[in-house]
Amino acid sequence: MSLEERTHARDRGRRDAIGVGVALLNRLARWRTIDRFGLRKQTERVVFEATKTGFRTAGALSRSFSAASKLSKPSRLPAARGTGRFDLTPTEDQQMVVEVVKEFAAEVLRPAASAADTACTTDPKVLSSSAELGLSLIEVPEELGGIVTERSAMTGVLVAEAMAHGDMGQAVACLAPAAVSTAISLWGDETQQATYLPAFTGSSVPAAALAILEPRALFDPFYLRTTAVGGRLNGVKSLVPRGAEAELFVIAAQLEDQGPALFLVESDHPGVTIEAEPSMGLRAASLSRVILEDVPAVQLGTLDDYAECVRLSRLGWCALSLGTAKAVLDYVTPYVNERTAFGEPISHRQSVAFMVANIGIELEGMRLVTYRAGSRAEQGLPFAREVALARRLCTDKGMQIGADGVQLLGGHGYVKEHPVERWYRDLRAIGVMEGAVLI
Amino acid sequence: MINLETPRKFRAFVNQAHQVAAEMLRPNSRRYDLAEHEYPVELDMLAAMVDGLGASGTSSGAGAAGVRRTAAGEGVVNGSNLSSVLSIMEMCWGDVGLLLSMPRQGLGNSAIASVASDEQLRRFDGVWAGMAITEPGCGSDSANIQTTARRDVDDYIIDGEKIFVTAGGRCDAVVVWASLDKSLGRAAIKSFVVPKDTPGMTVERLDHKLGIRASDTATLRFDNCRVPAANLLGSPEIDADKGFAGVMQTFDNTRPLVASMAVGCARASLELTRELLADAGVEIDYDRSVHFQPAAAAVYLQLEADWEAAYLLTLQAAWMADNGKPNSLQASKAKAKAGRAANDITLRCIELTSTLGYSEHELLEKWARDSKILDIFEGTQQIQQLIVARRLLGKTSTELK
Repeated sequence: MSLEERTHARDRGRRDAIGVGVALLNRLARWRTIDRFGLRKQTERVVFEATKTGFRTAGALSRSFSAASKLSKPSRLPAARGTGRFDLTPTEDQQMVVEVVKEFAAEVLRPAASAADTACTTDPKVLSSSAELGLSLIEVPEELGGIVTERSAMTGVLVAEAMAHGDMGQAVACLAPAAVSTAISLWGDETQQATYLPAFTGSSVPAAALAILEPRALFDPFYLRTTAVGGRLNGVKSLVPRGAEAELFVIAAQLEDQGPALFLVESDHPGVTIEAEPSMGLRAASLSRVILEDVPAVQLGTLDDYAECVRLSRLGWCALSLGTAKAVLDYVTPYVNERTAFGEPISHRQSVAFMVANIGIELEGMRLVTYRAGSRAEQGLPFAREVALARRLCTDKGMQIGADGVQLLGGHGYVKEHPVERWYRDLRAIGVMEGAVLI
Repeated sequence: MINLETPRKFRAFVNQAHQVAAEMLRPNSRRYDLAEHEYPVELDMLAAMVDGLGASGTSSGAGAAGVRRTAAGEGVVNGSNLSSVLSIMEMCWGDVGLLLSMPRQGLGNSAIASVASDEQLRRFDGVWAGMAITEPGCGSDSANIQTTARRDVDDYIIDGEKIFVTAGGRCDAVVVWASLDKSLGRAAIKSFVVPKDTPGMTVERLDHKLGIRASDTATLRFDNCRVPAANLLGSPEIDADKGFAGVMQTFDNTRPLVASMAVGCARASLELTRELLADAGVEIDYDRSVHFQPAAAAVYLQLEADWEAAYLLTLQAAWMADNGKPNSLQASKAKAKAGRAANDITLRCIELTSTLGYSEHELLEKWARDSKILDIFEGTQQIQQLIVARRLLGKTSTELK
């Protein structure tokens, strides 16, 4: 956005608190005009074979990022002002956003989930529709072309939850660029913001990914083997969504002897190699390894910002688990009522009914604990504890819900006629995943 | 706007409750655990203070009567249901048994607050009321109670035996569940306020218990016990549609209170365990992978996560009550989660703290005994699961037994 346009935007009057709802509704109107049922066949675009472990390619950067006009200092979103009241009601804006995203999840993501899982890729049409929805703008300040004027972590949580109710794998594919735009908004300096954000606020949102994980047992995001020495990165990152398409990476690496930090990497350097890493679940996210050999990189944010990034990313995974776990509950409820054995619905047996009750009880707990973390992040309160507890709960109870979902359908749960086996595989990602999404 | 922090306007009040718990309940905790059935005289002064808080109006919902539902006004309300659970959490961080023995703060008071008419509310103001539901042959299936109430002109005559009446020995009155006509099933079950000096009512004995020993648990006998008809709570009509629902409605209000007792008790265990773990060189790190922390820290995080869920489920149920939203499902979810989490947390804290946890030097072993009842009274774990299951699956009690 040019300085002139920005001034013009300011003249229109600032959106209050979060104008996200209205802004998204506007986008939805456009999205509805797109032919959303004529999804193209996967085969048209698969060059990179995401289903084949170890299949390699080079980075995909096809555009050049350059700073057009920049602000004199980086734009930072202020914390949202709290009301001081205990309240579980989303704002009107949030309700609107969630309605839109729910519709997208139900009508686009859910029907495409099985094929995307098999193909290890999310249809480009789905990706462009989600970009149309403006998902990468939710944490970008208005003055940088985004749609918010204060932190909106709670909106991010609600959006991720609603997306994953449709399909977690495609949700991750759709939200991957938003992780990068959010990271640059929150921690980028004025040059980084001016260089990269216009691409995310423009009409063709680039594929981009936040990569924290590394391939080894007992991985801990605060002990990284990928190194940043003299402005060059070396190492291997793991389970990076849409790695082969990504034009821009935010990579976590150990900064010399100082500690872990984030780095921006454009993917066209010859030292960047992408290797397919199909996994148990989240297959629609085209997971890959990113191999870095002497790749030039610039630091994004501080060491403290990195810790914040890890927490906000974990918050994102918690939010995703809520949506998928709810999908399980919504699916098994009618199933156990309709399925009969020994002459009556199996839901008339306590062993079955109590499993459903426990899914309901634990899911509600997961939700509230995650919401508390999100709402604290949004209000600028410390939230490390709340995120850690949410992650623990969503990992344990989320997986239990995934396992019970399959168990309640018995043999039928084990075959691909029903989606519960996919949700089982996706829910195992919680507790493993770091990075990839960011609230 | 979604916000799950303690409301700003309750913070001073919660802190006050915490001070009381720390300075009055905790120091007497072990004493009354060892001296079962001895009356905790310290509570009289405390109860007067709580009455004062309630009367001042600024801290409405300091106790059991805070569950009365008033018509929802404009906007989001943080009212007395929420302040009650917050205050009970603090008090039970101090001592569950002593909280249960607080004069005029019995579950019967919550029942009166929930379903009494305005006239009854005035008449029973200042009365310390226990709650008598369970019978020797009937626990969770409270629709099956055998105690009867016969109408006789302007009175009801109550006959039967009630067990497990909390504060039954000490309270001024009990709210008794009795059937007007056993052939008409659950719709005929009504609750009556029976003052303790009523002829025909006797306290048969006090139980010796696993925990909450500071609280007396009585067996009561009713033999031709005559109470005025005006002491019947709710409608005297036997209405097949909503008769039993009326008395059961009390539970929507009291289950979050019991959940909050569990949350308070479990927090006491977690806090002390964390200190003792720190003494042993184990610090909890919320950012680092649990794989790189001592196993004790990993266990602690898991327990704290369960606690957080129980805590927020409890606040949710109370918040819904304050805002006029039906909360039966959420009240049962809160009670189920808080009951089982508190029991698990307090027991595992003993394992983490070894001999310190198991011996009477610390209160950890006591809290693990106290917490067990919280997964039983006001509807057992299994009853809560049944309620949640029926609601989620849309089943009646004849379909899902």
